[in-house]
Amino acid sequence: MEVSDIIKPENQVFCKTQLLTDTTLSYCPGCGHGTAHSITMEVIEEMGIVQDTIGVAPVGCSVLAYDFMNIDMTQAAHGRAPAVATAISRVWPNKYVFTYQGDGDLAAIGTAETIHACNRGENIVIIFVNNGIYGMTGGQMAPTTLEGMMSSTSPYGRDVKTMGMPIKMTELVANLPGVYYATRQAVHTHKHVRKAKKAIKKAFENTRLNNGISFIEIVSNCNSGWKMTPNESNIWMEENMFPYFPLGDIKVNGKLK
Amino acid sequence: MTEEIIIAGFGGQGVLSMGKILAYSGIMHDQEVSWMPSYGPEMRGGTANVTVILSDERISSPYLKVFDTAIILNQQSMDKFEECVKPGGVLLYEPNGIHQHPTRTDINIYQIEANRIATEMGNKKIFNMVVLGAFLKIKPIVNLENVIDGLKKSLPERYHNLIPLNEKAIQKGMSNIKAHIIEKSILS
Amino acid sequence: MSELKLMKGNEALAEAAIRAGADAYFGYPITPQSEVIEYLMTEQPEKRTGMVVLQAESEVAAINMVYGAASTGKKVMTSSSSPGISLKLEGISYLAGAELPAVIVNVVRGGPGLGTIQPSQADYFQSVKGGGHGDYHLYVLAPSSVQEMADFVEDAFDIAFKYRAPVLILSDGLIGQMMEKVELKDQQERLTDEEVIKRHDSWATTGKTNRERNIITSLDLVSEKMEARVHRLMAKYKKMEEEDLRFEKIMCDDADYLFVAYGSSARIAQKAVELGREKGLKVGLLRPITLFPFPKKQLLDLADQVKGMLSVEMSAGQMVEDVKLAVEHKVPVEHFGRTGGIIHTPEEVLEALEQKIIKENGSIRYHKTRESSIL
Repeated sequence: MEVSDIIKPENQVFCKTQLLTDTTLSYCPGCGHGTAHSITMEVIEEMGIVQDTIGVAPVGCSVLAYDFMNIDMTQAAHGRAPAVATAISRVWPNKYVFTYQGDGDLAAIGTAETIHACNRGENIVIIFVNNGIYGMTGGQMAPTTLEGMMSSTSPYGRDVKTMGMPIKMTELVANLPGVYYATRQAVHTHKHVRKAKKAIKKAFENTRLNNGISFIEIVSNCNSGWKMTPNESNIWMEENMFPYFPLGDIKVNGKLK
Repeated sequence: MTEEIIIAGFGGQGVLSMGKILAYSGIMHDQEVSWMPSYGPEMRGGTANVTVILSDERISSPYLKVFDTAIILNQQSMDKFEECVKPGGVLLYEPNGIHQHPTRTDINIYQIEANRIATEMGNKKIFNMVVLGAFLKIKPIVNLENVIDGLKKSLPERYHNLIPLNEKAIQKGMSNIKAHIIEKSILS
Repeated sequence: MSELKLMKGNEALAEAAIRAGADAYFGYPITPQSEVIEYLMTEQPEKRTGMVVLQAESEVAAINMVYGAASTGKKVMTSSSSPGISLKLEGISYLAGAELPAVIVNVVRGGPGLGTIQPSQADYFQSVKGGGHGDYHLYVLAPSSVQEMADFVEDAFDIAFKYRAPVLILSDGLIGQMMEKVELKDQQERLTDEEVIKRHDSWATTGKTNRERNIITSLDLVSEKMEARVHRLMAKYKKMEEEDLRFEKIMCDDADYLFVAYGSSARIAQKAVELGREKGLKVGLLRPITLFPFPKKQLLDLADQVKGMLSVEMSAGQMVEDVKLAVEHKVPVEHFGRTGGIIHTPEEVLEALEQKIIKENGSIRYHKTRESSIL
């Protein structure tokens, strides 16, 4: 049997969503961003809402998210995605608006915008990819870098006496009344991907029902920044990130778990 | 016709609102107007002043150094603005609390005891309307009808029942104005 | 039917924004422009026209909200005063880079730093030279009356959409706080969502339909593409100069001496012209209405006629540099202006002309001599 005998439409069991472009991802092999992108796009495709969806890209590794997501997107200044999304949602109240942000963007420079958009209960989805490091700029310490974890600006490990403990944004914003849904997910195994996709779908459903903020944290790896192989980084993530950033729902239907 | 006026006194004396009513009256009289206040926290309880210009032509500077008329309601303003009246111009002041009366001889000086009159009328808030009446007696640049229209425009509707009282205050001001006689003792 | 009102500059601007059919205003309070957002919150334009008004958590958030709404083709505006505009500059640079239409208003107060809340024109450089990072300019309109505070809102939106570029209305505490008679235009209908999509579907991010996806970004990691973007911006600025330059000449026809002043200083300088004419001095005023583009050619032409120019601005001397560049050393150009929130009087302005220009005019030799020494 030849390969051409196998590659036929009737034999196809999986295809990439139309909402991902054919542009080669700029992410490092092993990075979780690609998976997070693809489940987000799958949800939008499955819900049939592409014509009503506007994404907001951050500054960071995913600054070029608009090269890969085949939807209308606006790229925001560093940390300001929630403010940008606020405005879009206010002037287009029937649209689905989401931000896609990293930990430096959302939890450091954009803390004020994050907190206030959440506090106002804007009808948007915030997808927060937390890999504990600044990947784009070359592995500097993030607000979510773990205690003792090495980075190029904490070369001897994060000293919490001088730098404070890693910030738990999802727990923090879950306490604000404007947040309807807050959950922490991962995308490194099939099981986790399925759960994360369900969470993202729930988030967009919440927008449809005008419920306010849905805040989805995805704990992810950064094998380049962490100086590990992809597999090592996933194991390290499970052993070190998950105990401090435990997976699961934190707030559902406006109620804290 | 162009009339350049400075109104100055304490915050709370109705300096700004008096200027506003005057400016509105000017609009009712089909004139160009400008109203330029001092602004900021110093107004709260401190001194307040506003430059009001009414003119038949396009107004150039809304901010001025010299004025056709100075309406002065406290001593600090007297200290500051007596010298800013153009020769031949008008200085109208309320004498209550003034311990150094004006001394210039090249301008026309008038007094209005607006404080006393307003108290007698039973409403201290119409103080500024008494002063306005006195000013309009000297310089009838707008007529009473325009002022009433201006009041209607500048006062929220819930205060429109007070317009007759304001009108009366203006008339009281008109009839109670006194030319200020410079006493020898001050000049020497 | 138009409507006559006595309004503060800030209020007139806010009302004009509603009537111009603006879709949204995002702002943050700061003296001396807080009346803008106060007026809007009181008027509840959401009920009148559906216009969105939101008090942001900071000036930074406000300008990025402007960026968000602008990226979807909506008519959006913000206002602030000097320190707040400094905070907005990053976002303004993004608006210029991403080629988005928006109106920004600066009711200038004295600086640097927290400075003073009193009027100033010391944000000229920041306004006309770009201000934020990168190669860009704003189209800058300088109102000098309450009427223009109202009229320029619609003009600013027109320019912003004509060029898909941010427009700045550069006012100051004097114009913002004073009241004048203002004639308000009739209410313009806001565009419906369908109209916005129809009009701006080629670029705005309103949701991908059967077209290619729209992307709003100021990022181009390929240097050649980024350079092309910069060239595109420069071409817009050239076109602005050719098609949308605005200025006003007052008593210039027979003038021997010229004031150059914008905004509130132009009003004061106009009075100085009146005072000078009373004294028999042939004084005129050139008032740039747009500060970018700047009336360079008009000034150069006047340089052949007048004996000297005095640039009058409430700053330590900023616009004077552009006047000097424009006249190419043909005539003496000096600066006069008070700072720190002090407003110069017409008398001071005229005196400055007499001392700095007219007196010097006898010694115009100074310039001639230098010229001949160069030769």
